[in-house]
Amino acid sequence: MVQVTIWGSLARFTDDAREVEVEAENLRQLLDGLAQKYPGLKPQLDRGVSVSIDGKVYNDSWFQPIQPDSEVVLLARLKGG
Amino acid sequence: MALDSKQVLDTQQFKIVGTRPLRPDGIDKVTGKARFGADITAPGMLIGKVLRSPHAHARIKSIDTSAAEAIEGVHAVVTRADFAEITDDDATADVLDNCMAGEKALYDGHAVAAVAASSGHIAKKALKAIKIDYEVLDHVTDVDRAIADGAPVLHEGRADESVPEGSSPNIMARYEFGHGDIDAGLAQADQVIERSYRTEATHQGYIEPHACLAQMSQDGQADLWCCTQGHYMVRNTCAAILGLDQGQLRVTASEIGGGFGGKTTVFLEPVALMLAKKSSRPVKMVMTRSEVLRATGPTASSSVDIRIGMTKDGRITAGFAELRYQGGAYPGSPVEMGSMSAFAPYDLENVKTVGWDVVTNRPKQAAYRAPGAPMAAFAVESAIDELAKGLGLDPLEVRLKNAAREGTKASYGPTYPAIGLEATLRTAKDHPHWTAPLGPNQGRGVACGFWFNFGGDTCVTLNITPDGTVTVSEGNPDIGGSRASMSMMAAEELGIPYNKVRTIVADTGSLGQNEVTDGSRVTFAVGLATIEAARAAKREMCRRVAKVWGIDEDAVEWRDGAVHPTGHNAGSHDPMTLAEIAAIASNTGGPIAGHHEANPEGAGVSFATHMVDTEVDPDTGAVKILRYTVFQDAGKAVHPAYVEGQFQGGATQGIGWALNEEYIYGEDGTLQNAGFLDYRIPVASDLPMIDTVILEIPNPGHPYGVRGVGETSIVPPLAAIANAVSEAAGVRMTDLPMSPPKVLKAMQDK
Amino acid sequence: MSNIHVTTKINGDPTEYLCAPDETLLDVLRDRLGMTGSKEGCGTGDCGACSVTINGRLVCSCLVLGAEAEGAEIETIEGMADGDQLHPLQQKFIEHAALQCGICTPGILVAAKSLLEKNPDPTEEEARYWLAGNLCRCTGYDKIIRAVLDTAADLRKAS
Repeated sequence: MVQVTIWGSLARFTDDAREVEVEAENLRQLLDGLAQKYPGLKPQLDRGVSVSIDGKVYNDSWFQPIQPDSEVVLLARLKGG
Repeated sequence: MALDSKQVLDTQQFKIVGTRPLRPDGIDKVTGKARFGADITAPGMLIGKVLRSPHAHARIKSIDTSAAEAIEGVHAVVTRADFAEITDDDATADVLDNCMAGEKALYDGHAVAAVAASSGHIAKKALKAIKIDYEVLDHVTDVDRAIADGAPVLHEGRADESVPEGSSPNIMARYEFGHGDIDAGLAQADQVIERSYRTEATHQGYIEPHACLAQMSQDGQADLWCCTQGHYMVRNTCAAILGLDQGQLRVTASEIGGGFGGKTTVFLEPVALMLAKKSSRPVKMVMTRSEVLRATGPTASSSVDIRIGMTKDGRITAGFAELRYQGGAYPGSPVEMGSMSAFAPYDLENVKTVGWDVVTNRPKQAAYRAPGAPMAAFAVESAIDELAKGLGLDPLEVRLKNAAREGTKASYGPTYPAIGLEATLRTAKDHPHWTAPLGPNQGRGVACGFWFNFGGDTCVTLNITPDGTVTVSEGNPDIGGSRASMSMMAAEELGIPYNKVRTIVADTGSLGQNEVTDGSRVTFAVGLATIEAARAAKREMCRRVAKVWGIDEDAVEWRDGAVHPTGHNAGSHDPMTLAEIAAIASNTGGPIAGHHEANPEGAGVSFATHMVDTEVDPDTGAVKILRYTVFQDAGKAVHPAYVEGQFQGGATQGIGWALNEEYIYGEDGTLQNAGFLDYRIPVASDLPMIDTVILEIPNPGHPYGVRGVGETSIVPPLAAIANAVSEAAGVRMTDLPMSPPKVLKAMQDK
Repeated sequence: MSNIHVTTKINGDPTEYLCAPDETLLDVLRDRLGMTGSKEGCGTGDCGACSVTINGRLVCSCLVLGAEAEGAEIETIEGMADGDQLHPLQQKFIEHAALQCGICTPGILVAAKSLLEKNPDPTEEEARYWLAGNLCRCTGYDKIIRAVLDTAADLRKAS
């Protein structure tokens, strides 16, 4: 199980939990797992998120491995100028 | 063969990276030869022009284009009816609606029709002949008024699921970040500050107006030349809007005369393509400055409430911010970026930010250098400064005491790896600027800033020519010297002189997908791809030489621009240089190239501290910038002169935002200052030299340690200048811009 | 409204063109003569990207009518280098990294050349005020001012 920290306004869709657990070995499984377990998150996941894994930010790389003890934080999708 | 793609070279090992060679596009740009967006022409081209709404908010009841079409020399007229509706992608549908209004004109300057004619004169005449029946609606342009009860509503039912029921229909999204317990944290404080701050919308102010040239054949093949930060984005967006295959639309980026985020979307391009399709002629479109200001993408304006608690010795016990950003007439203000970055420089146990994305009758905002972050930093850094001074503490010491470090849990969630904030603060504290004497009516301010930086899809192809020189093709427009940086990194990796490499920006037919030039990503991501492409070419050259020598591939290595035998069984061979290998490429397997396609992630965050001295004229309220120093972590400065240039440019744009620049809307909802005379960006006589101190805390995610540098530099200036002006004027300034009348009034009212 | 025939000299070359009575010199240079080195940033004389000299006087070519160039001598960015020999200002701008995007560069070079012809030893403040009509959004002007002052110093040494 991977522990995922989500941002505050998403907690409406996770029974107020800011830390949730999903079974995942990579980023794709993590995002799929979140959507399956918490369908209320799906619209945001579909619009796009960034994910910090052990301090590095990933946007799209499905096969980025995630260790069971990795620090995983969901971020609003980063945009720049 | 010993090539480790993860190796980080020690600074001392660099031969070219870190030096200051002349830029490859320099001569073209100082002689007028460089071709920018408006400099491209095609045989038989028409001139396209856009008719824009004079109303801030109006229903378009009907459009009659018949009289315009009847004018001699008019070859096409386009309205929204010419475009198929987009139903499966809200973001692209909004881009289309912004390029050409549908049911409603949503802001002053919103495009409602366009013509292509044989001359600009005729096109203008045709615009006047288009008859539009508007039903004028109530409008709102202010962020706080837009969410008040009874405000005019722009869109019904566009809010996403994050918005609580019962909220204003002009709120599109709500974000909340942070951790800990704000009330508990505030209870531990010796002093709590509560303040509200406002910033006005500013424009990126690139000197080159948007321009493009489109042509389309009857078989669906199309070509587009334009000034943009991302021609691959232009291709994909235009293909979606016009129903073209991406592979059939080739987009070539011209030289770009500034972007700063404002050229990360499309305005004219889909319209030009539609005009070209309808007229079967090439169509050129160039915006006027007034169109640029009225109808491209300025930044959001903001209204921010802050609560911060501090102990007597300067420890921040809690930080709270509520941020309201209006992003114009469509969802998507960068309030989530502001909410995530607001407290990012600090190590806080209790921190919370709430962001509201609000729509108003203004042009759809576009990114502007670290989008969303400067306004948030203005509020937080002003409040921290006021608290520190109120407690009799040194504002730099207070920042050092609370500074985020390696291992700090960031306010937006993750734990920081090695970061450079503390280094910028310590360097600032030791710098002579910090202790230089100040005169009467003068004040000094400091502030910190943060930006994320990111990677994204990137392709680079590196070709070895038969004479042993090198060409690099990349897919990101060069907005600040990136061709020089890429050539430097390729030369460094290949061990050849810088002037033996030429880097070009390739069109969309030549490479795979490339993310826009944004997020300070180019030196990081394209640099990384360039290095990897060079390494791929080196591996191929090693293979070729091993074959020539009849030895194992493991028995050769690349060193100093040549392949050498290595190890006991390699035998004795004279090293072969790149040029020697290139000369026999046809004999050893054909042309040699290296390429790299990837979505590099792992860009390093970057921090800056800015220090500024100002003088306030007590009679007029005018502010003079006396001295300015930027301290920023660049990871590794590939070309230090261009890193300094990014620092100086970002600081100067911040100076404009802080002191002069603002979108002024009249009671009728129309923009009152759509020109460079009244929308005043800093000029040479407004400024001193901008001093820079480059710090290099390597990014472990890049082979040379590079971090993005382009965006962080606009984050601290708003607050740094506000802190300096507040000290000089003897009154706290909380509304930007700090224009002379505002400063004078604040001084008179104190 | 018939076009006007104009005879003039541009960068030393005798030149003739037809232009509309309300057509700006900038449009003539760019659209009729293909000299796109002068840039249009505003069309209202506020940004200086279209700077040229007419009979030695620095002007915004967007505020001059094409018809006004009759009999005049016009210098544009295209005439600043002498063959393959860059003007010292052009060379210094490259060396000092005084340009990023480069769109304002032609106008600033024309204006700076005009400054040094009038005042070979400008102070930093004089250079800043002379160039205050030329907007640059990339550089913060720091490296531009340094390049101009450095060129002035070199030219004084050489003379």
